[in-house]
Amino acid sequence: MSEELVVRRISNGTVIDHIPAGRALKVLRILGITGEEGYMVSMVMNVYSKKLGKKDIVKVEGRELSSEEVNKIALVAPTATINIVRDYEVVEKRKVELPDRIEGIVRCVNPKCVTNAPREAVHPSFRVISRKPLKLVCEYCGEYLTEEEVIAQLAGT
Amino acid sequence: MSFRGKDVLSILDFSRNDLERLFRIASSRFEGDELKGKVVALAFFEPSTRTRLSFETATLRLGGGYIGFDAVQGTSIAKGETFSDTIRMLDAYADVIVVRHSLEGAAKLAAELAEAPVINAGDGSKRHPTQAMIDLYTVWREKKGIDNLVYGVLGDLRYGRASGSFLRALNLYSPRKAYLIAPESLRPKEELLDTLRMPWEFADLEEVLPELDVLYVTRIQKERFPDPAEYERVKGSYRIDAALLKNAKEDMIILHPLPRVDEIALDVDSTPHARYFKQAAYGVPIRMALLREVVP
Repeated sequence: MSEELVVRRISNGTVIDHIPAGRALKVLRILGITGEEGYMVSMVMNVYSKKLGKKDIVKVEGRELSSEEVNKIALVAPTATINIVRDYEVVEKRKVELPDRIEGIVRCVNPKCVTNAPREAVHPSFRVISRKPLKLVCEYCGEYLTEEEVIAQLAGT
Repeated sequence: MSFRGKDVLSILDFSRNDLERLFRIASSRFEGDELKGKVVALAFFEPSTRTRLSFETATLRLGGGYIGFDAVQGTSIAKGETFSDTIRMLDAYADVIVVRHSLEGAAKLAAELAEAPVINAGDGSKRHPTQAMIDLYTVWREKKGIDNLVYGVLGDLRYGRASGSFLRALNLYSPRKAYLIAPESLRPKEELLDTLRMPWEFADLEEVLPELDVLYVTRIQKERFPDPAEYERVKGSYRIDAALLKNAKEDMIILHPLPRVDEIALDVDSTPHARYFKQAAYGVPIRMALLREVVP
C-alpha cells in the first residue's frame, strides 16, 4: 500500500482506513484524540485509494478503539474501515456503522431548543432519520440537523 | 392503553383510540372527586391565560388542589435557579406537573427528571398536545367526526405551536385534504411538512374557502415580519369577516385557539360558523378527562 511509504506499520493499536479525503482531523476530534494522551498517532491525508480516489488514514498506536467509540466517526467518515492490529497483524477488521441515535457529539441548531439552554441537566441527542445524505432529528425539539451542519460543527472549535 | 402515570408530551404519543376514549369521557359530563387529596403543579414559565385557567378549573372541578406560578418573577428562577432544579422540586411536592415553557423540548426534559407524570402545556413553537386534543374534540363534537373533511389551516404555520400541533394531530385521522394558508415566510418548516400523512397543498383562502369543512385560524404576529410594510401588505389576505364567509359552506366551522386580535372580525362571532368560544369552553372537560386518566 502506498501509504506505507509515508507512515510505518504499527505494532499494536487501531488503523482507521478509507476516511474520506480531508476528514482525518475531524475523525480525531470526534474520537477525542488531541495528542496529549501520549499515544503515537500518525495521519496521512489525500493519499491515493482505489476505492475512493483519495483518502485519509489515521493510525493510533497502543490503543484499541471500541465499536462504540468508532461508530461515532460514521458521522463524518461513513466509508471508514477499522483495523485492530496486534503484533503487526490485523486481528479484526470492521466497517463503521452509524448508530440509530447520536448523543452528545453535535449540538442542536435550534437556539430555542432546551439542549442549548445553559446549566440544564440535558445533553443533545438525535435520531438518525437518513444515512445518505446524513440527516438527524433532535429528540428534544424535532429540528433537523443536516450533513453540512454536522460537518461544519465538527470542523469548528 | 392506560394513561395512568404516563407523560403527555406530544399528540403523537396517543392513538386514535386513546383520543376517542378521552373524547367520550369529556362528553359524558362527568363529575367527581378523582383528584381529591391530589396536588397538581402548574409550572407556567411563560404566560398563558386559557391554558392555565382551564387546568386550574379542571383540577378544582375534580376536587384537587394546585400549586404553581405563572411568571418567573417572584420565584427562585429569577435568582438564577435552573428549569431542571425547579422541576425536581415540584416533583417532590406534586402528583402531576403541567409545564409551559418557551424552550422547545422543555417538557421532555421535565419528564426525564420527574417521577410524576408531566403534561406539556405548550413548549416552544411546535408542541401543544392538550390544545390539539381540544381542537380535535371540537371537530369531533361539532362535525360528528374528524375523517373525510377538508381542512384549511390559516395563519402563522411556522412559529405557531397550535397550528403545528393541530396538523400533526390530523395525522392520526384521514382528512380528505388540508390546505395550508400562510404568507410564504410563515409556511411550515420541512420538519412538519415531512410528517404530514394527508394530501395537502398551499392555497389561497378565497380560492379554497367554498371547499372547506373546517377552517382553523391562528394569529399572524406582526413581530414575525422583519419589514412592517410586508405585514401591512399581506394581513388583509388572512382576515376573516362575515362578508367573506358568504362563499363558505353553510356548515363550515371556524376554530381558533385564541387569543385573536383582528384575524377574525367581530361580525363573524354571530354567524353559525363561529365555534372558537365553544372550543375554548371544551378546554375544561378535555383537561378534566386527561387529568383523571393520567394522575396516579
